[in-house]
Amino acid sequence: METNTEKQEYTITVYTENQVGLLNRIAIIFSRRKINVESLNTSPSEIDGIHRFTIVVMESHDIVLKVVRQIEKQVEVLKAYFNTNDEIVWQELALYKVLSEEITEKVKVERLLREYGARAVAIRKDFIVFETTGHREETNKLMKALEPFGLVEFVRSARVAIIKESSGFHEKLKDFEKREPSEEVIENEYLGKREAVFTM
Amino acid sequence: MATKKLTGSQAVLEACIAEGADTIFGYPGGAIMPIYDALYDYNDQLKHILVRHEQGGIHAGQGYARTSGKVGVVFATSGPGATNLVTGLADAMIDSTPLVCITGQVFAHLLGTDAFQETDIINITMPVTKWNYQITDATEIPGILAKAFYLARSGRPGPVLIDISKNAQIQSFDYEGYTPCNHIRSYRPKPVIRKNYIDEAVALINNAKKPLVIFGQGVILGKAEKEFKKFIEKSGMPAAWTILGLSALPTDHPQNVGMLGMHGNYGPNVLTNECDVLIAVGMRFDDRVTGRLDKYAKQAKIIHLDIDPSEIDKNVKATVGVWGDCKETLPLLTLGIQQKDRSEWLKVFADYTQKEYDQCIKEEIYPTGKEMTMGEVIRIVNETTKGNAVMVTDVGQHQMVTCRYAKFNETRSNVTSGGLGTMGFGLPAAIGAKFGAQERTVIAVIGDGGIQMTIQEFGTIMQTGVDVKIMILNNQFLGMVRQWQELFNEKRYSFVDIQSPDYVMVAKAYGIAGAKVEDRKDLVNAIETMLAHKGSYMLEVMVGKENNVFPMVPQGCSVSEIRLK
Repeated sequence: METNTEKQEYTITVYTENQVGLLNRIAIIFSRRKINVESLNTSPSEIDGIHRFTIVVMESHDIVLKVVRQIEKQVEVLKAYFNTNDEIVWQELALYKVLSEEITEKVKVERLLREYGARAVAIRKDFIVFETTGHREETNKLMKALEPFGLVEFVRSARVAIIKESSGFHEKLKDFEKREPSEEVIENEYLGKREAVFTM
Repeated sequence: MATKKLTGSQAVLEACIAEGADTIFGYPGGAIMPIYDALYDYNDQLKHILVRHEQGGIHAGQGYARTSGKVGVVFATSGPGATNLVTGLADAMIDSTPLVCITGQVFAHLLGTDAFQETDIINITMPVTKWNYQITDATEIPGILAKAFYLARSGRPGPVLIDISKNAQIQSFDYEGYTPCNHIRSYRPKPVIRKNYIDEAVALINNAKKPLVIFGQGVILGKAEKEFKKFIEKSGMPAAWTILGLSALPTDHPQNVGMLGMHGNYGPNVLTNECDVLIAVGMRFDDRVTGRLDKYAKQAKIIHLDIDPSEIDKNVKATVGVWGDCKETLPLLTLGIQQKDRSEWLKVFADYTQKEYDQCIKEEIYPTGKEMTMGEVIRIVNETTKGNAVMVTDVGQHQMVTCRYAKFNETRSNVTSGGLGTMGFGLPAAIGAKFGAQERTVIAVIGDGGIQMTIQEFGTIMQTGVDVKIMILNNQFLGMVRQWQELFNEKRYSFVDIQSPDYVMVAKAYGIAGAKVEDRKDLVNAIETMLAHKGSYMLEVMVGKENNVFPMVPQGCSVSEIRLK
């Protein structure tokens, strides 16, 4: 399968216990294999006490599959999934700091901001901070557009993603807490289905 | 149970006792002093072996775990004590050895201040532990230690490190007794066995004309030696082993066709590329076993049994991945497979064995030259022990020769550093192996390089009086590297001509009896004297300086390109 060795963007979603040091345990799985993490977000999940990591890497299917298995092997990891971009809905947030005088003096800038759906989150006499959310290309575009008008600072958050087909983790967690867990919990879906990776 | 006041240190020792740890290997130091102070009062319930270096302590713990099948327990202090464990942790991680290592740590309020003997051992050991955890409050101790022992021994075993700050060791708390752990919600030690994969595997085996079973330590770790034997016997399949699978099946079993990999036997290597179904049981397709992967068993359907799902398809893509505990999966396969006679197929192996014997083995174990060979030493050991001893090896040529030629009747008789290849492993591991199997003869076979890496453990032997037979096979070279330099670097012997001290005198200084053999006529007698000796004994045998281990699959070559000379 040639597609299995072709690099593309994968979003890895990891459900974990809330434990000091786990971030490092997961991070070294990538660094050991010299895989660059493009983006990493840790956040609460839909379940109290369970954390959710969202990790983006540019890698081949084969590599990502092995890495995800290594992640899932960690004691405090409940479950790890990986998805291509068409299987998820994702967003990133970007902040832009622009000098107020540029905005007030140049009508074009205002039009630009409207065009990109940016929202002002802080308005000061000397500067204004705008915010947009979207895919990387979208937030990048506004950054490029603002550059000639004295963009002072730019920062973008990690990707957060929702898996389209997922029905959440509540039901699964119940299975995890049982002493004799169901097949569903114990095995990675990709092991059961081989090529069809995600079937939650 | 009524609560009573215990200190964190006492709780640590209570946990060790409750988990059945009868022997602890360790070395005291500032940050672990409260635990050692408590140990003073537990001396009647816990045997503590004072080693000479923490690395020796952890290798001893590994040896103990390997022969006893129990979790090895190791104590070390913070800072250098803890960092000295790292090699052993990495070794135990890659060879799936169950260990619980307890390290002292500076007071919690000093963490991160570069306090005396403070080191971030949790982060240092993260890649080489199955799990690790830092305790800064004594109330956590019973629960965390229960988890530690459970994780070390369950599923695919491995090393666990628990770092305990000094204040937690001193702190008194209401102790409510010890409850062993048997469930962690985020941890799945055993995958559920899926019937459809069992069925698929059974069908493949039943249709196979030339099936080959290759097995690893999983059979031993799963305590599935009997199940494994039944499985191969029912359908008459040849079975070859990895270096860590050695001794799971007796050497003289008619279906035991030998060792896999770089210095393995001729037949199993060549025929890996001729079998039609390859059945891998509890092994992980290490590169030393597979040789060049893109030319490895390409013609065969592959069935892979492993308890660790991440091993399936990791190196070799399986046709059927049977994940699960082989103690459970093997009987299911045995049930389904047909009784078969495969003597014709076994005969092919026998022919290869004969060829290998004629061209390679015979001269190694019955040498005609003047120089003694490692192979003949091991042959004489076999003749004397009848294959009943535990053989512990270090790493290098002597290790390959011992694994190739040593005879084994019983499981858990081969202790060696496989995955990590840790020189210096042999001597301390042999000490631990003896504590783990006190009724058995333990023979450590070590090269003149490896012995000098951990020779300080002679002191541990001296002080504990443990009975270990140490054989130094001295070829006056770092032999394996020299062999490679001869074969691949045009004999440019770069820094392999290691000198040795007078080992007999060194042993004597430690109160260990010993002898040196330089002439073949003394060899049999010397080995018999060593084995008959009451207590530890060190025998140095001067073997040929430039002998090579053959057969050999050169790095980057396919297993079928194995060289006999």
